[in-house]
Amino acid sequence: MHHHSTHQGMAVEDILPLLKHFLPAQAPLKDFVHHNTLHAFQHLPFFQALKQASAQFGYRGFLPLEQYRNLYGEGKIKGQVLQRILEEQFGDQANGWLVKLLDESQESPSASKIGQFRGLWKQEYHYNLDKVTHPFLFRLLAAYLDQGISIWSFPLESKGFLEAIRGLQRDSFSAIFTSKRAISLLQKRDLGLEDVLQVLVGHSDSYAWYLLDQQFAHPGWSGMVSVLESQPESLLDTKPIALEDFILVECLLEIDALDKKFGDSWVPLGIQFPFSSQEWLEISLFSSSDLVLQTWQEAYEWSYYDEVLAGIKSVEPLPSLGSVPSFQALFCIDDRECSTRRHLEYIDPHCATYGTPGFFNVEFYFQPEYGKFHTKSCPAPVTPKFLIKETAKHKKLASDVHFHQRSHSLVRGWLSAQTLGFWSALRLIGNVFRPSSSVLEVSSMHHMDPKGSLSILYQGEENGLQVGFKVEEMADRIEGLLRSIGLVDGFSPLVYLIGHGASSINNTHYAGYDCGACCGRPGSVNARVAAFMANQPGVRQLLLQREIDIPASTQFLGGLHDTTKDELLFFDEDILNFENLKLHLENQRKFVRVLDINSLERSRRFDTLDKNKSIGGLHEAVKKRAFSLFEPRPEYNHATNALCIVSRKSTIKGLFFDRRAFLNSYDYRQDPDGVSLTKILSAAIPVCGGINLEYYFSRMDPDKLGAGTKLSHNVMGLIGVANGADGDLRTGLPYQMVEIHDPIRLLMVVEQDPALVAKVLESNPGIHEWVKNTWVHFVVIDPSTGELLRRVDEKFIPYLPLTEVEHLDHLQDKLLSTQQNLPVYLIDSL
Amino acid sequence: MELSNWIQLMIGIPLLGFLISLAIPESKETWLSRVAFYTAGINLLSTLVFLWFWVLQGGMDLNFKEIVLFKNEHFEFLVDFFFDRVSAVYLIVGAILTFLITFYSRYYLHREPGYKRFFNTVLFFYLGLNLTILAGNFETLFIGWEVLGLSSFLLVAFYRKNLLPSRNAIKVFSIYRIGDVGLILAMWASHHLWHANVTFLDLTDVQRVVDQQLGHSGIALFIGLMLLLAAAAKSAQFPFSSWLPRAMEGPTPSSAIFYGSLSVHLGVFLLLRTYPFWENQLVVRILIGAIGLITAVVSTMIARVQTSVKTQIGYASLTQIGIMFIEVAAGLELLALIHFAGNAFLRTYQLLVSPSVVSYLIREQFYGFVPKQKKVVRTWWNRLYLSIYVWSLKEWNLDRFIQGRVFSPLKKLGHRLDFLRYRTLLLYFIPSYAVGVYLLVEGYELPTWLHQILPVVFAFLALLMVLKSFTERRSIRLAWTLLWMNHFWMVLAIAENENFAATEIAIYLSGVVFFGTLGWGLIIWMTKKHGDLGLYGYQGYVRQHPLVAFLFLLAVLGLIGFPISPTFIGEDLLFSHIHEDQFVLAFLAALAFVMEGVAAIRIYARLFLGTVPDLNIGSHSTTLPTANTKKIA
Repeated sequence: MHHHSTHQGMAVEDILPLLKHFLPAQAPLKDFVHHNTLHAFQHLPFFQALKQASAQFGYRGFLPLEQYRNLYGEGKIKGQVLQRILEEQFGDQANGWLVKLLDESQESPSASKIGQFRGLWKQEYHYNLDKVTHPFLFRLLAAYLDQGISIWSFPLESKGFLEAIRGLQRDSFSAIFTSKRAISLLQKRDLGLEDVLQVLVGHSDSYAWYLLDQQFAHPGWSGMVSVLESQPESLLDTKPIALEDFILVECLLEIDALDKKFGDSWVPLGIQFPFSSQEWLEISLFSSSDLVLQTWQEAYEWSYYDEVLAGIKSVEPLPSLGSVPSFQALFCIDDRECSTRRHLEYIDPHCATYGTPGFFNVEFYFQPEYGKFHTKSCPAPVTPKFLIKETAKHKKLASDVHFHQRSHSLVRGWLSAQTLGFWSALRLIGNVFRPSSSVLEVSSMHHMDPKGSLSILYQGEENGLQVGFKVEEMADRIEGLLRSIGLVDGFSPLVYLIGHGASSINNTHYAGYDCGACCGRPGSVNARVAAFMANQPGVRQLLLQREIDIPASTQFLGGLHDTTKDELLFFDEDILNFENLKLHLENQRKFVRVLDINSLERSRRFDTLDKNKSIGGLHEAVKKRAFSLFEPRPEYNHATNALCIVSRKSTIKGLFFDRRAFLNSYDYRQDPDGVSLTKILSAAIPVCGGINLEYYFSRMDPDKLGAGTKLSHNVMGLIGVANGADGDLRTGLPYQMVEIHDPIRLLMVVEQDPALVAKVLESNPGIHEWVKNTWVHFVVIDPSTGELLRRVDEKFIPYLPLTEVEHLDHLQDKLLSTQQNLPVYLIDSL
Repeated sequence: MELSNWIQLMIGIPLLGFLISLAIPESKETWLSRVAFYTAGINLLSTLVFLWFWVLQGGMDLNFKEIVLFKNEHFEFLVDFFFDRVSAVYLIVGAILTFLITFYSRYYLHREPGYKRFFNTVLFFYLGLNLTILAGNFETLFIGWEVLGLSSFLLVAFYRKNLLPSRNAIKVFSIYRIGDVGLILAMWASHHLWHANVTFLDLTDVQRVVDQQLGHSGIALFIGLMLLLAAAAKSAQFPFSSWLPRAMEGPTPSSAIFYGSLSVHLGVFLLLRTYPFWENQLVVRILIGAIGLITAVVSTMIARVQTSVKTQIGYASLTQIGIMFIEVAAGLELLALIHFAGNAFLRTYQLLVSPSVVSYLIREQFYGFVPKQKKVVRTWWNRLYLSIYVWSLKEWNLDRFIQGRVFSPLKKLGHRLDFLRYRTLLLYFIPSYAVGVYLLVEGYELPTWLHQILPVVFAFLALLMVLKSFTERRSIRLAWTLLWMNHFWMVLAIAENENFAATEIAIYLSGVVFFGTLGWGLIIWMTKKHGDLGLYGYQGYVRQHPLVAFLFLLAVLGLIGFPISPTFIGEDLLFSHIHEDQFVLAFLAALAFVMEGVAAIRIYARLFLGTVPDLNIGSHSTTLPTANTKKIA
């Protein structure tokens, strides 16, 4: 980050980029994608970033000290791990620090800088400016951006927010502003920040601090404006908006309010209190309580990592099966598929499973039948040039009268209340006592019509996008997919590509539950498209030229796993030949059992679910969560995630990670130049790291960085949620999503030659920043020696695990014993 | 079978359930939700059985013999129950919705801090609801009415550690309290009209009502207007509408039954219940209709511009309640009842599924988006439309109106006493009160005109005490002591007005003294622990001292005459000594009563609710030195 300093401090034109840098970057609800909540601090080492975020914004990045001590008391922070960290950090003073960690009371944190300057209005003028300006400002903005809640939409077409407000002021009898000064400023054609800040603040050195205070009094709305300015396509009903406009309107409202309250008897705030914006930006130094918290956090993290690494150490190399597996199945790297794959491998020990990002290396926009728009179906940073269109016959959009706006009007509302009202009573009774799937549900299976057809083969251009793929393009993608996971020979007759999605009801954050690699949509279309491509004879031919020989008898089949209901749906089964169909029917029985056991494993986390049921009954109860109106936790999504392992399956065979690991298949032997590794890490680190950190911060600071409890959320303009009627938009995750999450950073484990890994990291600054600044921890398994190497200060140093992992004969004995996280086990069977 | 005895059961079951739920520890989620579930379930069942027999027996109006709580030669306080078809509809809708919500919330609130508090409050609300619905006279109805007001406050402030819920809870409470004035004055006037504690059953005797009103058209009109005030405030009618959207701060199911359906329809209930009182008064009927019409028109416009789903449903519901007022004014009782039931179910359901609106409407938009054509013609009509749009965005300034026209003038009056300090308060109070007592004792020597205005003067002083307490920011002790003193002045005012027995004074003041002392002790304890706290902002001490907060809430309730304190009956007693022609005195006494409630709950809220104290910048002078050093730098 660079700040141009003038002799007066920061220039006005530098303030907007600074604000945008710090504001939350969360898109509207329908495009919710996980990201590092503290992305603004990512250029700093992790703990320095936490310190800075706390000093500047009051964000909390640690657990309260007491909780670390409790975790230590419960043995979840291990003594020997803590001891080792203390020795590494403090050398011979380790014992002194141990005393501090365990007994010393913590100094109370000093107040953060944000809000201190602008807070003087309240303190010195006894005037609560926020109370006066915020409700109306939020209403105006929400009305302007609204996507379809209001019946009377914003009445003026305009080029921007300020222009719209000008229009309202000019054309309506009801004034937005009444103070003369505010009105004349509003009418100024080229109104700039300088104009309003001069009136409000008066001292140019304080401008940036003032605006930071002002915008971070409602980071949710400001963040939304900033996001919409850079990606206006996030709104289907697009609205031109700029952060500068929004700030200008807010400043004018403030001037108007101050003028009304005090007339001429107020002076700009910075004249009386010349705060220096540079001081706001200063780097804060660690205190000893920071070091205490940091040490606890490290010990907390390594207490788990140590188990994982000890587990990897204890895996015995398997004798090679030699023969072709019974079938092969590719799943998403998503942590929720971690257990699915484990169960599948126990139910059919001869099958082989793989993990790869769930868009299956095919990137495109998807436009369903009758859809007026297309949505991205690949990781968010990728911009595809392909379009896949769906053709389906009877796709009728079911509707629910309760959402119809007519019930809100006067006369028709009168009729609705007397008729529809009694229907509502029945619906409510039905839905409460016998939940069943309804049109209100967001179902992963409805994303695409399995009976419809897709335009996968090249058909020409449309709106600057290419409809369908050419053969060569298909071959490139399938080759990339297969090489990255090391599946280049020994193909089984059936290769499954299984995407995933989720189902829920009454869930405003539904987009965060689907496949992150498909930009928050279910992965059904990608799985189906990729399978189709891999079955194309033309593609097979090209792949053969590229030394990937897929037997003609091998067939690829796409599918979708609903992670909430644990249901599985396959696409285009009619293409299977007789032999394969037989095999497939056999496999399907295995999948059914896998799904039952998977739902059993998941059910242990659901507190309100009665466990005294048969396995089928449990599965039904789990399914019901997806469409029960009163269920705020349809599934736990990525909660408890902690690991990302990039290796062969054999390296971690038999290890129980309790659904906490993102698993990306990778065979170091197939990738001597690190080409695949670069691709894998470039996706896995930001995606998995982003998910992990969003959970981390939402859990650590549910008030400021998370969205708080979802029970009181109120949907605003279809773009966000707020508390109550006048609140700010909430960013981050609701507490119900993260309550069971242990806030630790992600541990990346990569199986490859350390020198090659170092080369890959150093030549990719984007991912190197994550590792260098320890936003993720990074460990390499050296395949030649089996040694574990930890990345510290841009070097690899050997890591020796301290713990031993327990060996279990039957996993099921343990599964329902506790709701808490389970340790890493080495298991023999289900 | 004696049906009227069943009525007790509908009160007894929620009361028992509420008491049991209080005793269950916080950690026992299942027990708590089961108690609520069975309380509501058994009550629903008994309601159904009861209604079955009631209909079989011809659907007659029922009255349950009164329980006398207090009686002397000129006054009696009775608890009395009454049942007719209005009660029947409200009872069954209430029972169904409460039952559904308790089941719903069992899962929905799982692991939420305050799980116990939620179910306690819902059951308490349910008790208040049934008391109100089944009340056979004003006194009984008023008990229920007060319970409803308090439980609403507690549920709006369910997330009591946040600022906005705490602030909005006070807003809701204040407006409810305005409604209470109406009810108190209506009770007062009706005592004088009937010279007896009239029951709602008596009112069904049309001839008697007509006869009674004949000679007293003024007071009858007054009663009608006061009832309308109470009903309008409770049902968020014009100009009180702005509290409703702000009440949507709690968990969705509580918003759904309270503000979407049950609580907000009780104004309609009050009008239906007291229909015989005002059915012959054209002025009142026109006013009810007019208020309903204005509310319906204004809130449908506001609903149209709402961009948040819950406030939109709130205003849409209000629109319908406005129409119900019109229906009631027109005498269409049955229609209003059907309308109520339908609206209550509809809004409850809409609120409960409100989070689904995102995926639902976005899907609809995705498949059926048509860009809206916007008018750019600058005609007069277009300007009018724009203006209505902006006015509606501003909620027609209703919130500002209430703050500016009702509370601001009262605050200004309170600021007149800004010279008072806690340390010097007694210097003013003891001599002036001594003078007052002297005037009372030697009263017979005073000229008549002086004798007549003295009660008003004393009552005004009492009101001033309350208003000063309402505006006080520096000292909690001062604010609390003033509230305490208000009661003493009020007793003096009434005693000056008419001699009344020592037992009556004792009843009135015993509650004041007991709860006043309790509150004072707690404040002293807090002051010892945290220094002089002041009332500058919301300080959130409930986190540190939940028990103290609870006890202080009890003290507040006792002091303001909530039905846990003998002062509740005392208030009524006191009013019975205000003469029929003393409207000013009655008005001052009622106003003091209202503002006392607001001021006391404000002290509670500022002290215990809201954000964490040590993170709250602005309340202490931590920032100022930094600012000064900056000046030097």
